[in-house]
Amino acid sequence: MAQDFIDTIDQDIHSEPMILQMGPSHPATHGTVRFTLTLDGETIIKADTEVGYLHRGFEKEVENKTWTQAFPYTDRLNYVSPLLNNFGYALAVEKLLEIEVPDRCDWIRTIMGELSRLSDHLTCLGAGALELNAMTAFLYAIEGRELVWDIVEAVTGARMTVSYGRIGGVKDDLPENFGEMWQKARARILDIHATTHKLLSRNRIFLDRMEGTGVLTPDQAIAWGYTGPTLRSTGVAYDVRKDHPYFKYNEVDFTVPVGTRGDNYDRYLVRMEELVQSVSIIDQALEKMEPGPINTDDPRVMLPEKQKVYNSIEGMIAHFKIVFEGIQVPAGEVYSYTEGGCGELGFYIVSNGTGKPWKVHVRSPSFIHMGGIHKLLEGSMISDLIPTFDTINMIGGECDR
Amino acid sequence: MAKKLIDLVKRKHKDAVVDSHNRLGDDTVIIRPEHLIEIATTLRDDAGAKMNLLRDITAVDYLNRVPRFEVVYIFYSIELKHQLLVRVLVDEDSCKVPTLNEVYPIAGWLEREVFDMYGVDFTGHPDLRRVLLYEEFEGHPLRKDYAVQASQPRVALRARERDAVEEFKEYVQDERAKGSREQY
Repeated sequence: MAQDFIDTIDQDIHSEPMILQMGPSHPATHGTVRFTLTLDGETIIKADTEVGYLHRGFEKEVENKTWTQAFPYTDRLNYVSPLLNNFGYALAVEKLLEIEVPDRCDWIRTIMGELSRLSDHLTCLGAGALELNAMTAFLYAIEGRELVWDIVEAVTGARMTVSYGRIGGVKDDLPENFGEMWQKARARILDIHATTHKLLSRNRIFLDRMEGTGVLTPDQAIAWGYTGPTLRSTGVAYDVRKDHPYFKYNEVDFTVPVGTRGDNYDRYLVRMEELVQSVSIIDQALEKMEPGPINTDDPRVMLPEKQKVYNSIEGMIAHFKIVFEGIQVPAGEVYSYTEGGCGELGFYIVSNGTGKPWKVHVRSPSFIHMGGIHKLLEGSMISDLIPTFDTINMIGGECDR
Repeated sequence: MAKKLIDLVKRKHKDAVVDSHNRLGDDTVIIRPEHLIEIATTLRDDAGAKMNLLRDITAVDYLNRVPRFEVVYIFYSIELKHQLLVRVLVDEDSCKVPTLNEVYPIAGWLEREVFDMYGVDFTGHPDLRRVLLYEEFEGHPLRKDYAVQASQPRVALRARERDAVEEFKEYVQDERAKGSREQY
C-alpha cells in the first residue's frame, strides 16, 4: 500500500532539473561572477562558471606603458591587498634586472605586505560572515580593516590605490610614528580576532553552514591548481613565504597553519590563524629592522637626486631618460611568485630589452580558483554555494584582470 | 638540483628538446608541440619530478620571429619544491597545441584563457570557448598586431541562450522518462 502511494507520488511529482542564473551581481557573492546552475530540487548537479565581467585588459595596457607605469595597474588587481601586488610585480622586474634591494626596503615590504594580508583576510572573514547573516561579525572585521587601512594611508597616502612599490625600492620610508600606530591597531585587531572567535567559531548556525560544505581533498586541490589558504585548509602546508622565502621571511619566525578536512570551516580557521601569524611577523619585523637606505643605488633604475638633476647636465639626462624612456630591463623571461592574499601570485614577465614590457602575465589565484570551483559546488546544496564562494575568496579585479 | 629536471626531460625524450637553459634560476626547456603530452605525463609521474601542480599556462607573441608564438607551461612540485618552465614553440599557420586537460584537470580552464587572448587552438579540448571576453569578440587582443585602441562592434542582444541551457533541454528530454528517485 505504502509503496503504491510512493509510486503515485513519483509519477505526479516528476522533478525536472532547473536552470538558475546566479550572478553576475548577486548580493551574496561579493564579486562579479556568474554561475549557471543546474538544480535538482535544491541540489546543484552542474555548475558552469562565467568570469570576465571586470576584464579591463590589464596585460595589454601594461605592454604599452613603461615598467614603472605598471604599478597603478597592479593596484587594481587584488584591490583588497594592493601592496602585495605592487611588491610581487617589483620583485619580478628586479629578478630580471638582477638587482638587490637594501635590507630596510625588504623589511618595509614584509611589514606592508603583511598589513595587506591582514586587510585581505579580515575582508574575507567579515564578508563571509555577513553573507551568512552575521552582521555583527562583519562590522568588527571591517573595523579591523579600517585600522589597517588607516596605517596604509599614513604610509602610502592612499587607502586602496596605493602605488607604493617601486622597482628597486619603495616610494617612501615609514613615518616616524609607525610603531605607535601599529601598537594601537595591533591591540584592537587582536581584540577583534578574539571577538570573532567568540561570535562565530562555536556558533551553531555558523557551524551548520560551514562544516562539511565545500570539501576538497588534497589531491583534488592540487590538481585543480588551488593555492593559498584553500590548499592549506586541506592539510598541504604549501606557503611560498616558507618554501621559497623572499623579502625577509627567512628571518622571522612564523608557522603555516593547516587544516585537516578542507571544508569551509577549515578555511575559515586557517585564515583566522594567519591573522595572528601576520601580526606576529609585523611585530618581529619592526623589532629587527634598522635605519638605512630604502632604495637601491643602481643608476639604471633610480632617479638621480634633485640636486644633480637641477645642477648637472648628466643628472638631467639620466632623469629624462628614466622618466620618458623607462627603465631599460635586459631582454629575457622570468617567472617570479609570491604569496598573495588568496593564493600564489605570480608574474611571468618578458622583456625585449626596452623601456616597455613585451609581456606581463599575472598568475592570478582568483582566476585559477574559479576554474575548479564547480568541483566544490556540484553535489552540494544551493545554500552551500554562499559560504563556499566566500571562503575561496575570489576577488573580481584579480580574476578578470 | 639546478639542472636535474632539464636532464631528466632530455634523458627521457631525446629528440623533443629544442633548447634548454636555467637563466636567472628558472629551469626552462623549449620543445615542439607534438611532444608536450608525453613530457607533461613524465613530469607528473616520474619519481624524480613529481610535478603535481600546474601553476599556469600563458603564451607570448614574438611577432616577427618564426615560429611566432610560444605557449608557456609552469610546472611545480609541492613535494620536491622545484619548478620547470616548458615553452612550446607554435607556428603562426597551424597554431595548434594538444590539450593537457587529461593530464592536469586545471589545464582546460587555463587553455581557454590562452585561446581567448592569443587564438591558440588546443586540439582535443572538450570546451574551448572564450573565458574573459564575450563570444562575439572579434580577434585575439593580446596578439601584438591587435591595436591597443581597437574598438569592437556593438553586440546585438543574444538570440541564443547559453550552451548550458541547451544542454539542459537535452538533459530534460533524456531524463524525463525516468522517475526522479533513480537519477542519482
